[in-house]
Amino acid sequence: MTALLMIDGLRVRYEARDVLRALSLDVARGEIVALMGPSGVGKTTALRAVAALQPFDEGRIVVDGFALAPGPVPAESRLAPLRRRVGLVFQGHALFAHLTALDNVTLALRHVLGKTRGEAEAVGEKLLTSLDVGARAGAWPSQLSGGEAQRVAIARALAPDPALLLMDEPTAALDPARRSTLGSTLRRLCDQGRGLLVATHDAEFARANADRVVMLTTG
Amino acid sequence: MIAVLALCVATTLAAQGRNAHELVWGGDAEGGAPFVEADPANPSQVRGFDVEVAGRIARGLGRRTARFLQVQWSSIDQSVERGDFVIGLSGVEDTPARRARHAVTLPYFEFREVLAVRPEDRDRVHGLADLRGRRVATLGATIAYDLLVTARDSAGVIPVSYDDDVHPYADLVAGRVDAVLLDHIIAQRALRRRGDSGFTILSQPVAIGHYIGVLAHADSALRDSVDAVLREAMRDGSLEQIFRRWSVWDPSQLTLFDRVLRSSAMTPAISATATQAIAYLPSLARAAAVTLLVSLLSMALAVVVGLALASGRLYGPVWLRVLTTVYIEVIRGTPLLLQLFVIYYGLAGVVRLPAFLAAILALGLNYAAYEAEIYRGALEAVPRAQLEAARTLGFSEAQILRLVRGPQALRYALAPMTNDFVALLKDSALVSVITVVELTKETAIYATNIGSWVVPGVLCALVYLVMSLPLARLARRLEHRWGGRAA
Repeated sequence: MTALLMIDGLRVRYEARDVLRALSLDVARGEIVALMGPSGVGKTTALRAVAALQPFDEGRIVVDGFALAPGPVPAESRLAPLRRRVGLVFQGHALFAHLTALDNVTLALRHVLGKTRGEAEAVGEKLLTSLDVGARAGAWPSQLSGGEAQRVAIARALAPDPALLLMDEPTAALDPARRSTLGSTLRRLCDQGRGLLVATHDAEFARANADRVVMLTTG
Repeated sequence: MIAVLALCVATTLAAQGRNAHELVWGGDAEGGAPFVEADPANPSQVRGFDVEVAGRIARGLGRRTARFLQVQWSSIDQSVERGDFVIGLSGVEDTPARRARHAVTLPYFEFREVLAVRPEDRDRVHGLADLRGRRVATLGATIAYDLLVTARDSAGVIPVSYDDDVHPYADLVAGRVDAVLLDHIIAQRALRRRGDSGFTILSQPVAIGHYIGVLAHADSALRDSVDAVLREAMRDGSLEQIFRRWSVWDPSQLTLFDRVLRSSAMTPAISATATQAIAYLPSLARAAAVTLLVSLLSMALAVVVGLALASGRLYGPVWLRVLTTVYIEVIRGTPLLLQLFVIYYGLAGVVRLPAFLAAILALGLNYAAYEAEIYRGALEAVPRAQLEAARTLGFSEAQILRLVRGPQALRYALAPMTNDFVALLKDSALVSVITVVELTKETAIYATNIGSWVVPGVLCALVYLVMSLPLARLARRLEHRWGGRAA
């Protein structure tokens, strides 16, 4: 089976220092891969490189047939195919503060994918309901709890229907009960045919929910 | 400490001319010859017919010297009441308001309010009635200005007020105004300076007026003494000699002297009444509208240019970033007044902007520099993670600015923008230097006319507050509403 994501020999340098070196992994459809390691080991850097937010110096990244090469991040106009394939959920959620939960989810549907407001809202409401935050559609980000904000952020990342979902420290602000709920949510997304790459330092969460664990070590 | 204070008080009193050996008189040397001007041979001294009249009065009063104190022409009345000097002489006009508020001397010179027009208009224009819909310039807070305000309602002329008596004629020649109404002495001086070309003075005067000396209301006894000296100077020919030396003597002065010497009191030649104060109220309302319009249009320009500058500074290539930075620093580092002069007078050789447009351009381009810095700060305050989240969703840079960064930056910018608009509303008072009569200028004219700042000052302050307070309130409400949503 062809991997959905293939990372081969990834190296990222910053001011003559290796932030990440020789990282290779792949993620298949329907698979949750946990990227583990202590803080500062380069987990977030790896996710950012896959999402083309960060240049890399060596190696290769291929997402569902779209390849990224070492060197500067390509112009945004050339990244459209990648943007359709990859969704990223930031550690701090990074919801747009001036928009309601529903508008956060529908913004890209309307302005990037060209859906009408009605179509976009139908998709958005369905996504929010499936993530158990349908009742919070009209709330502002500042009115959401940490768990709610995270699920809205997942809904926003899923709105363009990407095959690969990247998540950065999803359990950082969750209590144990919420962690368990998140685990089942991720599994459900996986079962829909997506691949998930989850950067976490939460070993318990990784053991309980990941199909495979990739350990990053310093040096 | 007490000794130092006593010394200060003594020095101040001496400076205020309560010294029995000298007569301290006030005038405006900026008005220039033949009234009062700095002596080219010794610029620390002044010369002119008013200087000599002051000297004649001082001698008549038995004072050894007459000491000149520089004061802005439009502030002579207020300054004499404050006790800065004993008598104001500098082409001070005889008006009913001045007579009511201060102790004024008898008239010592008769002038004619004359119209100056461009040579091609000489046969077409014979008086204010022929200037319907045309711009007529004069010096603010003068009888001539009052005549124009009256003619605005009766003959449809457009009064244009200046702070000095040089630029009206320069702008007449340049085509910015269609006529100038001022004292014949000023008109003749301006014509001489231009080598007797560029404009022509109509022979038929629009009105007759008189120059007087003005003293504090409480100084009526001294005023009577001054009147006696002036009568004596009319009788003994010394006043005539002064006027002849300065080439302003004409037969009408002889008629004036005869009238003065025959009667003990004279009513002002130009009729104006207490209703004149009320007549100013519509002008104040019009001036308030001008202030509001200038401020709104300038702010709109400042917002558009400010956004362009901020975008250039954040998103542009290096050369554009350098260029916008230089613009912002130069504009913020130089006075708005200077920028007004440069745009209106400095650029006149290249492009002759109408005063209203020049005012909006100067204010708008000045405030754009401040707005740009506000927008840059506000744009940079939007969390980077949100911008990256937008990128991963496939938005272009322009879309991110329009849909994510811009709307949030607007909230951050709202409070400082409101502050700036209120400041602009008040800074718009500066545009009066390029002939746009706005609220503060009209108030100054009103105050000079009625001889008091109390009512005009309070009215003016109220109008500014009425314009600025609702805006501040609206901004607070918006901030409050948006503040609840901010993460």
